[in-house]
Amino acid sequence: MSGIDGLTIAVPRGALFKETLDVLDGIGIDTQPVRDNDRRLLFEECGIVTMRPSDVPTYVEAGAADVGITGKDVLREQSEREVYELLDLGFGRCTMVLATVDGPDPGAEALRRLGVMRVATKYYKIAAKYFEETGRQAEIVEVKGSVELAPLTGLVEAIVDLTATGTTLRENGLIVREELFVATARLIANPVAHKLKAEAIDEMLRRLRERQPA
Amino acid sequence: MIHPIPSGTRDVLPDEMRELRAITGALRAVFEDEGYGEVWTPTLEYEEVLRRAESGTDPAYRVFDDHGNVLALRSDMTVPIARVVASRYAAAEPPLRFHYTAHAYRAVRPHRGQMREFLQSGVELVGAAAPEGTAEVLRVMCRALDASGLQDYRIALGDASLYPALLRSHDLAPETASRVLHELVTRDFVGLEREVLALGLSDADAELLISVPQLRGGGDVLDAAPGPVADAVAGLRQILERLDDTVTERVIFDLGLSRGLGYYTGAVFDVLDPAFGAPVGGGGRYDDLIGKFGRPLPAVGFALNIDALHQALAGEAPA
Repeated sequence: MSGIDGLTIAVPRGALFKETLDVLDGIGIDTQPVRDNDRRLLFEECGIVTMRPSDVPTYVEAGAADVGITGKDVLREQSEREVYELLDLGFGRCTMVLATVDGPDPGAEALRRLGVMRVATKYYKIAAKYFEETGRQAEIVEVKGSVELAPLTGLVEAIVDLTATGTTLRENGLIVREELFVATARLIANPVAHKLKAEAIDEMLRRLRERQPA
Repeated sequence: MIHPIPSGTRDVLPDEMRELRAITGALRAVFEDEGYGEVWTPTLEYEEVLRRAESGTDPAYRVFDDHGNVLALRSDMTVPIARVVASRYAAAEPPLRFHYTAHAYRAVRPHRGQMREFLQSGVELVGAAAPEGTAEVLRVMCRALDASGLQDYRIALGDASLYPALLRSHDLAPETASRVLHELVTRDFVGLEREVLALGLSDADAELLISVPQLRGGGDVLDAAPGPVADAVAGLRQILERLDDTVTERVIFDLGLSRGLGYYTGAVFDVLDPAFGAPVGGGGRYDDLIGKFGRPLPAVGFALNIDALHQALAGEAPA
């Protein structure tokens, strides 16, 4: 795997994990040690560190990893991170949606009668910006766990969340009211590594572009 | 009793202070030896005076004085020195050489470990045009970094006018051009590609707009630069010709380099070290800034972030 030796790659555990490892295998990085052990976090033999997707920009910005892979949803939520966004990897396709319970739209009803919609989300900044840009008042409630619970219990009228197939929404009696944007996996780089390890990063980019028809 | 201090500020105690003083002392000795004179300016200035710089970043901290004037904490030393040159050296024969070691103040984002108050050392060379002035400042900067003991640093060198010139060659509406430029400034090459492809240019033109800011490396990078940026590239070559090998071997050309401050007009540069995840310092040409204070003179300077330099030095030291 000449050319991309010496790069430390931040790999997201969770929904993007398996496809990320497949992509890395496809460009000549042996990810077998990562597949063999799901408790270890640091794999120096293949230059991989594994972490939560939302931690990837943190490690890459600080230079603790040279490059990383994470979702566009994470990058939008952490838009102030000083990292380079180099490539849309295309996989992990999800949609950020505004959803409510089925039937008459309780969000619209709240806006009409109370002037403000209560919205639960894990993506505070994305949700706040979206309501600001669409000229509606919203009270954003930040939750850490299953967002789908919030409108079912009367905590809020609506949620902003990421959905791949919509199955979880459907099973909880929720429907999509608006689509905010489509998020896919992205390759990001530390600004200093982008200059000092330019050859290795460009070689990685070249191989990634080769394996995905543009 | 624990009494809090504002986030993004900190106390420096004797062990650390000795190390910081060793660094600033080494830098200061080089600056003095190169003929630069040290200045102090007030930490608080009139906000309307600082605003003349049109730097694109508003002062983060403002207070009213007892007469209702708005005072602001400086966000760098370049703007105060521009004021000093225009008002205190209105008739002095250029070039003028100043250095400083002073605190500056910027807004921080929550929970990011950013400093509101940070110490910078740097120089401003006023009245020396490109390429000679730029080459002098780069040479002084490398000499100062060498004196501090930093080993593995590199200088990323680009030109702030390069990408705007490339965009101008396509006769775009200003708001369209600024949308493309925004993607570059926010370091989003995926967004840059999307915006450029939406312009409806020929494939070859679009390819240039996408690929040029990603060009970085040795002198061969300059050979790959297209016609519309020939002036900027020729300027970078002229700088390189005026530098010693000890400096040129540190230089990486970076045609996508864009520093955040709005006043840069030509060559810009960042100091990068593998032991630190962000630039340790940087600078560039600001040929229009001092004119905004009433004395049109070309100028160039740099600032090193002393905390970042300290951490890079600690990171380079064998464990």
